[in-house]
Amino acid sequence: MKELRLMKGNEAVAEAAIRAGCDGYFGYPITPQSEIMEYLMAQQPEKTTGMVVLQAESEVAAINMVYGGASCGKRVMTSSSSPGISLKQEGISYIAGAELPCVIVNVVRGGPGLGTIQPSQSDYFQSVKGGGHGDYRLIVLAPASVQEMADFAGLGFDLAFKYRNPVLILSDGVIGQMMEKVELDEFKPRFTKEEIAKNTPWATFGKTDDRERNIITSLDLDSAKQEKHVTHLSEKYKLMEENEVRFEEFQTEDAEYLIVAYGSSARISQKAVDIARAKGIKVGLLRPITLFPFPKKPLAELAKQVKGILSVEMSLGQMVEDVKLAVECKVKVEHFGRYGGIIPTPDEVVAALEQKIIGG
Amino acid sequence: MSDIITKEQIRQPENLVYSKTKLLTDKALSYCPGCGHGTAHRIVMEVIEELSAQSETIGIAPVGCSVLAYEFMNIDMQQAAHGRAPALATAVKRLMPEKYVFTYQGDGDLAAIGTAETIHACNRGENITIIFINNGIYGMTGGQMAPTTLPNMKASTCPYGRDVATMGNPLKITELIAQLPGVHYVTRQAVHTPGNVRKTKKAVRKAFDLQKENKGLTFVEIVSNCNSGWKMTPVQSNKWMEENMFPFYPLGDIKVDGQLIK
Ligand SMILES: Cc1ncc(C[n+]2csc(CCOP(=O)(O)OP(=O)(O)O)c2C)c(N)n1
Ligand code: SF4
Repeated sequence: MKELRLMKGNEAVAEAAIRAGCDGYFGYPITPQSEIMEYLMAQQPEKTTGMVVLQAESEVAAINMVYGGASCGKRVMTSSSSPGISLKQEGISYIAGAELPCVIVNVVRGGPGLGTIQPSQSDYFQSVKGGGHGDYRLIVLAPASVQEMADFAGLGFDLAFKYRNPVLILSDGVIGQMMEKVELDEFKPRFTKEEIAKNTPWATFGKTDDRERNIITSLDLDSAKQEKHVTHLSEKYKLMEENEVRFEEFQTEDAEYLIVAYGSSARISQKAVDIARAKGIKVGLLRPITLFPFPKKPLAELAKQVKGILSVEMSLGQMVEDVKLAVECKVKVEHFGRYGGIIPTPDEVVAALEQKIIGG
Repeated sequence: MSDIITKEQIRQPENLVYSKTKLLTDKALSYCPGCGHGTAHRIVMEVIEELSAQSETIGIAPVGCSVLAYEFMNIDMQQAAHGRAPALATAVKRLMPEKYVFTYQGDGDLAAIGTAETIHACNRGENITIIFINNGIYGMTGGQMAPTTLPNMKASTCPYGRDVATMGNPLKITELIAQLPGVHYVTRQAVHTPGNVRKTKKAVRKAFDLQKENKGLTFVEIVSNCNSGWKMTPVQSNKWMEENMFPFYPLGDIKVDGQLIK
């Protein structure tokens, strides 16, 4: 039976992780996501599902604990906010290189530097273009509600294991802190030893006589082999682009203009669409749910229909570059954003649409 | 003359007194001839074989000359980012407490870039074993100054010798972590003579046995040579190690049964 609760986004992702059969959480406090570890520590899942919760000495240690746990075929996760996610980048690159499954949550705050503790979406580039060193991609899920914070924990683990790839839940301070009704999944058991041996035969759970030793590494000193490995990674990313694109359309059927927005900007933009429509402007919204893989095809389709596209983000304009690439400059694309922790109002979005797209 | 056995007789199974442990692969070691890493590998693997623990052990390799330890150790292994091995080991042990978990790290890995991970894994009293190879230099990257480089010792980034006034003093991290209540057993050994090899093997065995008893963190430092980095022959390097490294890093137990020695 599903269970209904009123929760913060941060609490919802934590509770959902326990229910998704998560084996271990490793984190370090930072606003605006500290409730994730606080909630887990208060729940004491060690005593119920057996899930380990550990406060690490730093984000660097936390992501490397995730590397260690994921190497054992376990469902492991970490969470942080922007400055902490920057610290994790080395570990994330290693995890992607060694092809390990895990879930990472970034409840984004404004930057650069220590920036602000207020919400932002200025980590888009870091999330979808790499972030750490080397050629790699994360699957990036962008929740726009507390419900999706919960849903993406389980979905994140499923995708991570399907592709042996880290999954990033790219949230923001609004979604993390706000309270909404959420429907929670039933408890899913943690993997048994037998399941780990069967489903993740590559993992390090102790070498037995019936198999070769398992090695988790991202190193290959032989460049030919390393090139082959990176090619293999690229094929995986191609498969993700073919099979895992997720998005939502809102009032696009008759739209003459389009807003593209994810996360809390999408919530604001949805309201902006209502306001604009009341004024007689036929505008629709496309909300990418996966930022990698990016919904290029539906955008290219809509580009044939609309006269202009406004990309709305709480940043100086990052996703707008991918929107432009997707529509191959066949239609006008502009960016509107507030940043530094300022959240745009729906009226500001409508005004930007009128000035930059309709009037411009 | 009759009691001298021939070459052919030596190869007979009944005359075999020593053979390589099955827990070392047949891959030729990538270490410089004369380097202590290979002996240290053998000791750790022999101990795991004696414990019949091949299927019960997860090893963590560092970044350093022993980055490829997983090529030689015939057990399940993970390769960590530079300095992060104790963080990996922490999670592995917490998630599979029934396993033996060890890290194998050089001085740059453990006492410079990974200082935080080392100290905090020790302080949490993780039930893991840390094998620490202290050769006073960065071997892999070509002989740069390490946190454990001796005062006035030359390295490629201190070509006139380590000037402690500007470069800091060598870090006795082993004595430092021995202070922490989470750490149960700390010893400093060497592997350059048969006698020292025997002592080191005993120490590693003890560390693994204590790990099984969940006593807390066990830590075996091996003061070792880096003949290439020190720019010496293997024989010279061992002599230099005895004369210079051992006075600064004296061999012997530092903490036993949770009690500091002295
Ligand atoms: C983040 C990062 N910084 C630097 C390096 C380069 N590097 C590789 S090994 C090493 C030093 C290793 O020295 P030590 O730990 O003493 O081991 P040894 O090679 O002497 O056995 C360095 C600096 C790296 N691989 N990663
Ligand atoms: S460089 Fe030094 S530590 Fe590395 S293998 Fe050679 S002798 Fe050993």
